[in-house]
Amino acid sequence: MNQFHPEQAAAFARDEAHAHWHDTALWFVRVKRDRAAASVPEWERLRDTASALKAHTLSRLAEYLEEFERNARQNGITVHWARDGAEHNRIVSEILAQRGVTRLVKSKSMLTEECGLNPYLEARGVEVVDTDLGERIVQLAAEPPSHIVMPAIHRKKEEIGALFHDKLGTAQGLSDPKVLTEAARQHLRKKFLGAQAGLTGVNFAIAETGGIVVVTNEGNADMGTSLPPLHIASMGVEKVIPRARDLGIFLRLLARSATGQPVSSYTTHFHGPMAGGELHVVVVDNGRSDILAREAFRRSLSCIRCGACLNTCPVYRRSGGYSYSYLIPGPIGSVLGPQRDAAAHASLPFASSLCGSCSDVCPVKIDLHHEILVLREEIRAKDILPLGKRVGMKMTGFVLSRPALYRAAGRLVRWVLRGAPPLARLGPGGAWARQREFPVPPEKTFRELWKSSGEERKG
Amino acid sequence: MSAREAILSALRRSALAPVPLPEFPEGLRFADPVTQFLEAVASVGGSGVRVGDGAALEARLAALPVWAQASKTLSLVAGVGRSTLDLGAIADPHGLEGLEVAVLAGELAVAENGAVWVPGRNLGPHRAVFVIAEHLVLVVRAADVVSNMQEAYGRIEIERPGYGLFISGPSKTADIEQALVVGAHGARSCTVFVLG
Repeated sequence: MNQFHPEQAAAFARDEAHAHWHDTALWFVRVKRDRAAASVPEWERLRDTASALKAHTLSRLAEYLEEFERNARQNGITVHWARDGAEHNRIVSEILAQRGVTRLVKSKSMLTEECGLNPYLEARGVEVVDTDLGERIVQLAAEPPSHIVMPAIHRKKEEIGALFHDKLGTAQGLSDPKVLTEAARQHLRKKFLGAQAGLTGVNFAIAETGGIVVVTNEGNADMGTSLPPLHIASMGVEKVIPRARDLGIFLRLLARSATGQPVSSYTTHFHGPMAGGELHVVVVDNGRSDILAREAFRRSLSCIRCGACLNTCPVYRRSGGYSYSYLIPGPIGSVLGPQRDAAAHASLPFASSLCGSCSDVCPVKIDLHHEILVLREEIRAKDILPLGKRVGMKMTGFVLSRPALYRAAGRLVRWVLRGAPPLARLGPGGAWARQREFPVPPEKTFRELWKSSGEERKG
Repeated sequence: MSAREAILSALRRSALAPVPLPEFPEGLRFADPVTQFLEAVASVGGSGVRVGDGAALEARLAALPVWAQASKTLSLVAGVGRSTLDLGAIADPHGLEGLEVAVLAGELAVAENGAVWVPGRNLGPHRAVFVIAEHLVLVVRAADVVSNMQEAYGRIEIERPGYGLFISGPSKTADIEQALVVGAHGARSCTVFVLG
């Protein structure tokens, strides 16, 4: 996926009504988050505490992972280690193959998206069914999720009705979310009952008690792990936390930040397999140890995947998840993607107004806008900026460092705006201007005003 | 080198300066946690009912339409409701499919978010019981309602090996155009009786 954000965003914005709906829907979630945050007087202290807990954990991540492994084993959990996505997929595939599993139900896990698990297993004859409603919708549409918490937020209900008619054989023309959800419930209930194994992500892994915690609203992770006897859970190394009591902080923040709910419907603590069953946890690095080594970006490993930075981001809301080349869109994805592959995701750090709203809402206080800025510098230093930006920045620098030239350029711009505004929209330099109404240029520049007022003062 | 060693040594290579564990802030406390809890349950799509004693609980349960109309019920709370399902005859959790109402005991309830902590030992032989039932009834003592999650984790004892979860209202989703729909995969309703 080597996409250029501005082009993808322009395609999204072409359907103006839908783009406006997307913007409004996500802003609504942000408003709900604000209301939930305001209901907790100690909110800011909770954020500070969560941030400090993560910083502490990262400072001794290897020790906590060892402690987690030791305690998990005592609980009868099998712990596996995977250096990268390929190793993760191989481990999962072997566990399934050894037990003859060909029907797997999955709950949401951005890590398995990152590893490309679904296509890997499908190529080996395993039917993989995503069971979160939004995930199932995008899976049926053969699309990736466009939001990490609301995977199908880019789809209108009428489109989902048509998709269900096509794939699930529901009546034509359905668009009532209640009716569509009920159809998905019936369809997925059969899949749950027929599954031989369930796979989940991990929201938190507790070092002290050797357990994992999985959070959902729908109950799909619970359904998928309590019917079939085999549960596989995939976690990034950064998911470990020291103690169960730390959940008292993180869980007060997570759902409020994500959707404005006081807590999710189901917060399930697994400290061992079900009776007669098996629980396997796969601990995955896949580039995380590299991020830990980079001081400027270390804090991005604190992310608890609430999606608040997406919902508040003026660029994400107006350009949609698919305009981002990385599988995690929005500010946090613009930080994580370029670290994985700077050239492939070079446009992402520029898909930001650097307004800092992402950092303001982040429940673990990741300095997102600052990390985005540092990435811009890195990408410039690597010389992988697109040509237009490279030339543009050079020219801007040239003009700004020469006062006489700057004044002349100002006169030229005012003249163009007064005389022939469409001229300013031409060419690559006009990209910014094409979406906007121009201001009426003032009669006098600030310099001229200052000068004349100075004469008056002297006067 | 094994993957385990490779990952742990890669993480250790960063050799970060130690960062101390933070002190926790005082969590929000409610003057009347039970009333706040009942309101919170309603706000998450459930229904919270305070009952004075076992007889009142029995009467309110009998009056609950989903209970009154159900033919397949299961109660794992001694002295509350009745079971029409013979749990002893169900060797595999798939046998619970079709269960209309499950009655389970919570050990702790949280006023700030309507969540009820249900430890694995209260679920009987099959964990699936709370999520496969069409409707869920939880029973918790008024004395076990705490104000916030920090307090809750101060009191919960994690079963090891074992299982346990917080349930806050019925199963729900807003994945289609952000419209809230109750009854995604799990219980379509969640009634919490607060006893005492």
